[in-house]
Amino acid sequence: MPTIGNAQIKLLEKLCNASAVSGDEGQVRRIVLEELDGHAQDIRVDALGNVLAHCRGSGVKRLRVMLSAHMDEVGMMLVEDEGDGLFRFEIVGNIDVRQLPGKAVLVGKENLPGVIGARPIHLTTTEELKHNIPLEDLRIDIGPGGGKVKPGDRAVFATRFQRNGPVLIAKALDDRFGIATLLELVKNSLPNIDLLAAFTVQEEIGLRGAKVAAFTFEPDLGIAVDATPSYDLPDWEAEENISYNTKLGLGPAIYIGDSATLYDPRLVRWMADTSKASGIPCQFRQPGSGGTDAGAIHRSRAGIPSLTISVPHRYSHTAASVARLDDWKNTFALLHAALTRLTPTVLAAERA
Amino acid sequence: MTDILPFLKSLLSTPGLSGYEDSAADLIAARWAPLVHKISRGKLGSLHGLRHGSGKGPHPSVMIATHMDAIGLMVTGIVDGFLRITQVGGVDPRVLPGTLVTVYATRAGQRSIPGVVVLPPGRLLPPDIGINPVPLEYLFVDSGLPPQRVADQVNIGDIVSYAQSPLELSGETLAGHSLDNRASVAALTVCLEELHSRSHLWDVWAVATAQEEIGLSGAIGSTFELHPSLAIAVDVTFAKGPGASDWRTSPLGKGPTLCMGPNIHPALFKAVQSLADKLEIPYGLEYAPRHTGTDGFAIQVIAEGIPTLVMGIPLRYMHTPVEVVAMKDIQRAGRLLAEFVAGLQPDFMEKITWDN
Repeated sequence: MPTIGNAQIKLLEKLCNASAVSGDEGQVRRIVLEELDGHAQDIRVDALGNVLAHCRGSGVKRLRVMLSAHMDEVGMMLVEDEGDGLFRFEIVGNIDVRQLPGKAVLVGKENLPGVIGARPIHLTTTEELKHNIPLEDLRIDIGPGGGKVKPGDRAVFATRFQRNGPVLIAKALDDRFGIATLLELVKNSLPNIDLLAAFTVQEEIGLRGAKVAAFTFEPDLGIAVDATPSYDLPDWEAEENISYNTKLGLGPAIYIGDSATLYDPRLVRWMADTSKASGIPCQFRQPGSGGTDAGAIHRSRAGIPSLTISVPHRYSHTAASVARLDDWKNTFALLHAALTRLTPTVLAAERA
Repeated sequence: MTDILPFLKSLLSTPGLSGYEDSAADLIAARWAPLVHKISRGKLGSLHGLRHGSGKGPHPSVMIATHMDAIGLMVTGIVDGFLRITQVGGVDPRVLPGTLVTVYATRAGQRSIPGVVVLPPGRLLPPDIGINPVPLEYLFVDSGLPPQRVADQVNIGDIVSYAQSPLELSGETLAGHSLDNRASVAALTVCLEELHSRSHLWDVWAVATAQEEIGLSGAIGSTFELHPSLAIAVDVTFAKGPGASDWRTSPLGKGPTLCMGPNIHPALFKAVQSLADKLEIPYGLEYAPRHTGTDGFAIQVIAEGIPTLVMGIPLRYMHTPVEVVAMKDIQRAGRLLAEFVAGLQPDFMEKITWDN
């Protein structure tokens, strides 16, 4: 059975440390293309920058299964050069402005270091402390005379991947977990299906890559492989936090419904049944807001039955996300086990 | 002259929070050992290095004080594996969310655990907070470890430091945490290196003070113990930059500052200023109408009182994990200190008289 081991963790590290703000996914795309080399029949880069890989199975009556993971991450774009190495910037994707002050960033294709500072506490008034530091007061500072970057360049949090025993801490685990998972599935592709792997762009700014990828692939079903937030922190006063979305350590999160998609109940059952049969743990993500590439995939062409399975992780869209290695291992194992037993009968069943 | 950057970067990679300076003191002591004649620790943790003046003593002495302690956080509680925290020194809680930290866990041996400061979502906080700044008491530090492992390792009172590794930025600037005030420790080290190849008549006490950030305690004890004739406190000062532009700020990379105000002896100030002019070492002027906010404030009133100077190294984003300093300013501060010390004559104390 293929599994997540040291080589896969190394690859995840490389993927997390690469910069790929929505619309500028080149650094991750390069790694994906290198890794795919020799593992798929047809590999191409489409008009938006998606990487589409086709792994044909050998069995009869194969389902065409699209697996989608997004290469892009939230970040920043420099928009104005104020001289002396100081740049105004805008946010790309959904980042809480409270997550920006005091962070190191990497800017441009050469990954030049910079920082987002803040007014010294000594010069800050009590009144100011009551309000967030607005984006227009923040600058990316790459040091005086830094002429190598320019407006239009993208910036990401500078956090480097680290592992502490069972814990992974990194930026962009959303969705390098998905990218690394998909690459491993392509390398261990299954004879019973046609695996259509989409490494998508621009998920964080509206699922734009997945929309065209799904049209191109025209699959029988689509599965988004993503990373989903765990809000499993203590509530400030209540005995129990009942709005945790997902919890670390409980295994892959299967989606039932989010703000973009109501997931196909046959596929939800198929995944949950696989968990039961295989003993690989899983959890249901609490239905609610949020969304994944499935939001675009299920509305493509005449409609495509879709599912999302995600690795739970804390502090998505910040400088440092926190996850457990076992949750990723189990996500890969469950997905692999489910695909292994996938036949057209899954979609022939009653919906509910 | 050796490159001070690697030493400074090593200093930024050790916690040495106020009251817990040993890790910083050890690094500094190792670096100073070949440059001084004697090294000792003060009763509150300051590091004292003595260079004897040449010729037969006793000599008057000058103390150069640079605090080595850093601001940071401390564990106040453990809830389901998440750590509640308070501050050690002045921290703006608005720069904390998403910050990488290291927890120095003491329950199961000294173990450093990586973690991150957590901004809980609004629905887990009192309703009036919403999307506003979250007070320190509601932030957590999370290591991601299962709750039982955290409980087995972490004690209430364990210290938590910023984990941002130093970053070399453009224009020979360096970003990192604790540049306040390890940048000045580096400047003092540059001074000691320069003095090592020269003769000086005065004794020099190189002091890396403890607990500056929480009330200048190290400087108080060390000044009394060493009883210098003169003192110079070197600390970082506000550099001009985003969020800082008024009269309290000085340009980055245009030299150290010399501070004027009641904490500073005017004749000592004048002596150092005219030396900088003579040597064409660029410097800025800084004005502190009341408290300088440095060890100099405490040193001046120890024992019978001590003529004191305050020198500043401009620093952006003070007390954030990404403070920025210009290496040139450190080198220049070190050189100016060394030139001043090397030029001190036996009768200097008689020369710094008051104008009336």
